[in-house]
Amino acid sequence: MSATLNHIGLPRDAYKGAATTLCAGCGHNSITNHMIKALYELGIEPHRLAKMSGIGCSSKTPAYFVESAHGFNGVHGRMPSLTTGAQLANRQLIMLGVSGDGDTASIGLGQFLHMIRRNVDCTYIIEDNGTYGLTKGQFSATADLGSVQKKGAVNTFQPIDPCAVALTLGCSFVARSFSGDGKQVVPLIKAAIAHRGTAIIDIISPCVTFNDHDGSTKSYSWVKDHEESIADVSFIPFFEEVHVDYEPGTIRDVELHDGSHIVLKKLGEDHDPTDRRAAMRVIEEGRAAGHLVTGLLYLDTTMDDFATTEQIPQRPLKDLGEGELRPTRDQFAQVMSEFA
Amino acid sequence: MTQHIINDLTIQAATVNGSGSQTANLVLTRAIFHMGIPVAPKNVFPSNIEGLPTWYQLRVTQEGHMARSDKVDILVAFNPSTWRQDLKTVRPGGVVIHEEVFSTADVRSDVIYYPVPFSKLAKAKIQNDTLRKQLTNMIYVGVVAGVLGIPLEALEHGVKRQFLTKPKAVQVNVDAIKIGHDYWQDNFSKQDPYRLEPMTGIVEGKVLVEGNQAAALGALMGGVTVAAWYPITPSSSVCENLIAYSERFRTDSKTGEKLISIVQAEDELAAVGMAIGAGWAGARAMTSTSGPGISLMAEFVGLGYYAEVPVVIFDIQRIGPSTGLPTRTSQADVAFAFSLSHGDTRHIVLLPGTVEECYEFARDAFDYADRFQTPVFMLSDLDLGMNLWMTPEFKYPEKPFDRGKVLAKADLERLAGEWGRYRDVDGDGVTYRTLPGTDHPAAGYFTRGSGHDEFARYTESAEAYAQNMDRLARKLETARHTLPAPIVDEGTGSSTGLIAFGSTHAAVLEAREALAAAGKPVDYLRLRALPLSDEVAAFVSRHERVYVVEQNRDGQVYDLVRLALPAHLVDRVRSIRHYNGQPIPAVAITEPLLQTEGVPA
Repeated sequence: MSATLNHIGLPRDAYKGAATTLCAGCGHNSITNHMIKALYELGIEPHRLAKMSGIGCSSKTPAYFVESAHGFNGVHGRMPSLTTGAQLANRQLIMLGVSGDGDTASIGLGQFLHMIRRNVDCTYIIEDNGTYGLTKGQFSATADLGSVQKKGAVNTFQPIDPCAVALTLGCSFVARSFSGDGKQVVPLIKAAIAHRGTAIIDIISPCVTFNDHDGSTKSYSWVKDHEESIADVSFIPFFEEVHVDYEPGTIRDVELHDGSHIVLKKLGEDHDPTDRRAAMRVIEEGRAAGHLVTGLLYLDTTMDDFATTEQIPQRPLKDLGEGELRPTRDQFAQVMSEFA
Repeated sequence: MTQHIINDLTIQAATVNGSGSQTANLVLTRAIFHMGIPVAPKNVFPSNIEGLPTWYQLRVTQEGHMARSDKVDILVAFNPSTWRQDLKTVRPGGVVIHEEVFSTADVRSDVIYYPVPFSKLAKAKIQNDTLRKQLTNMIYVGVVAGVLGIPLEALEHGVKRQFLTKPKAVQVNVDAIKIGHDYWQDNFSKQDPYRLEPMTGIVEGKVLVEGNQAAALGALMGGVTVAAWYPITPSSSVCENLIAYSERFRTDSKTGEKLISIVQAEDELAAVGMAIGAGWAGARAMTSTSGPGISLMAEFVGLGYYAEVPVVIFDIQRIGPSTGLPTRTSQADVAFAFSLSHGDTRHIVLLPGTVEECYEFARDAFDYADRFQTPVFMLSDLDLGMNLWMTPEFKYPEKPFDRGKVLAKADLERLAGEWGRYRDVDGDGVTYRTLPGTDHPAAGYFTRGSGHDEFARYTESAEAYAQNMDRLARKLETARHTLPAPIVDEGTGSSTGLIAFGSTHAAVLEAREALAAAGKPVDYLRLRALPLSDEVAAFVSRHERVYVVEQNRDGQVYDLVRLALPAHLVDRVRSIRHYNGQPIPAVAITEPLLQTEGVPA
């Protein structure tokens, strides 16, 4: 019996990458598996995928999925600018950026903000463990105030919350999740890819080596004990029919640009994901209560993405030749006459 | 009165920044150019929006010299705060046109004064309150026209040309010029020897262009489709001109669709990052900046070099270090740009010496970047980039784009998917790449700034690292033989030679004429690219002494030249350096050279 194929006829193995070189038990490896599952189930054509990253443990992971796709592991904190440029060169590419908390919230904070501001069509996954793994355990800017380092040092600074920052800037897709919660992460990744614009998913992804101890708020046990999902997320791709058989009033259904749907089933208090102020309140209230609020926090499907704002054509700029790009001889002669 | 001095003079207008004086200066320039007289304007402006002193130097020569002159023949003094200082710059016997209220008590008696009540005239004769300040500058144009004999027809042409897009403004400006011209005729008789007379022979077929505008046109013709930049003087006008051209030639007037994206980035790191991202994805991509931006781009440029991504980087040099003098020129980024970034790096650096080369090199830079899959620097400077230069009209390109070694789907099928991104199959150090989006299962590879093998896989292998670095050196060696070759003029048969590059060229041309007249003719090699051509060592070997002339303190290219020479030739090379932020005048070459050569100046 051959392997099950997705709707473009590829097996799950077509979405695998090189073997991971991260620590056994690293949250990032789980996210890699969620990514493979999401891309396989969505039926993404590997040649259209561009895997982008900066520097750090997280930024190594694009090598570990969809080996046949192009990937670009750039410089620290600068994934957004590379992604922006690549998207302009070829807006048919599906941009998938993987970053970390150091890469995003410290060295790359500026580029993170400006990518959101432009609404570059890109899925931006933050593998957030609150620590610098490759350099052996320093705090990152997402570490919570009072969080304790492995050797006992206490973090004395306020955390930067990538989701709160993204919301402030009017990011068109903001979600938070936990690497151990595949049921939530996978549909969120799918929705982020289907969304046209910058889609931020801050995924708490524990570092088993440097930040998985008591006193850390990014450990497996802390996150498991404190995760508060605001809604069950399911994703219905454009090539499947929508079947909704929930009680009226218990779900919210948002249609994305490509005709797919994200369906949110209410768990506790109803959260309207199109209400930015409500999203801010949910984050703030969660923080005050000591919870990690997860789920789709905010979504705006009406905003133009950057390539649309720039008014570039759907066909890739990279494919244009001199016939289209050079002014004619007459136009050139006109320019020369204006210099006289 | 002594002999007339015809078509050989330098006018210096000392005005206040932000007062509209630049328009008047340009009208005067275009009027004189319209008479068939060669012009060489230099704008010396402050890093300021309004209020600080600014100077515009307009040099006129029968020969067509385009370097800055260090002598002022005619001063137009509009700025009370620099009046005393400006007066000192005028050569004995020169002319001083000044605002009447400026005191001439206790000042020089060896110059000719034409005091004009500019403010009073403006108040009495210009009815338009909002434009009075700007139009006052036009009055000075009229006075200068009176002194030098510039016909009204030429002035009208200058105004029309300057207000090409605002024809309504023409008459009011012409009227203001007439106010000055009438005042001159009614109140003065000519006491000075300077005159302008229509001439033929040099300016026919020539146009006036700024290097940055030429570079923008070159980039447009070179097929740039993604440009990312962060505003910085003196490079901003590269992308501003590109925006203007793109609106005309790359925008569908009905749909608004654009065949280019020009992004104002959040900083220079993002600007070069976007350009590299676009270059990686297959677009012809560029960024444009000046010294401080180049410093910020260093890390990304190393990635471009090591991961082998095509990108064109315009560096319109200003004088550093640090913020330096943001509105003054230099050639002091050469060594830095050549080896920008940590680790062993070397880059292709194009050195345009004329505005025509600003156009041609900007256009061809995209071919070099694609051909050699590496960052290419276009090293211009403020003098070349922001001043108007006389130039022959540019030529329409006859060649199609050279997109370099790119494997498309059909190529990969032919190769049965057997290829290595960094495998040197042709032996020239230049490997094949695929672009993202290529629909073949073997097309994808992982681009990284960390160690990689021939198949773009991560490796820390000592052997693979060294082999790759050797190949990169080989690639640059291949490039070296195809870059614009030096232009060598050994027609003098002299045992002395000059080496120069970039905007220094104009001063060298003039200096060579002066040196020949002084009985010391010199040969000339003009560099047009780095890494250095073999021609340099050959040129040195044919001369007893070779002077490297450049606009930086440390003799950066002098050092590069000496490093490239065999030991027995090193001592033949001397250095002439000019680094005060003002464009180099010919005398900065002739004086030290004649002194060293023992020829009385």
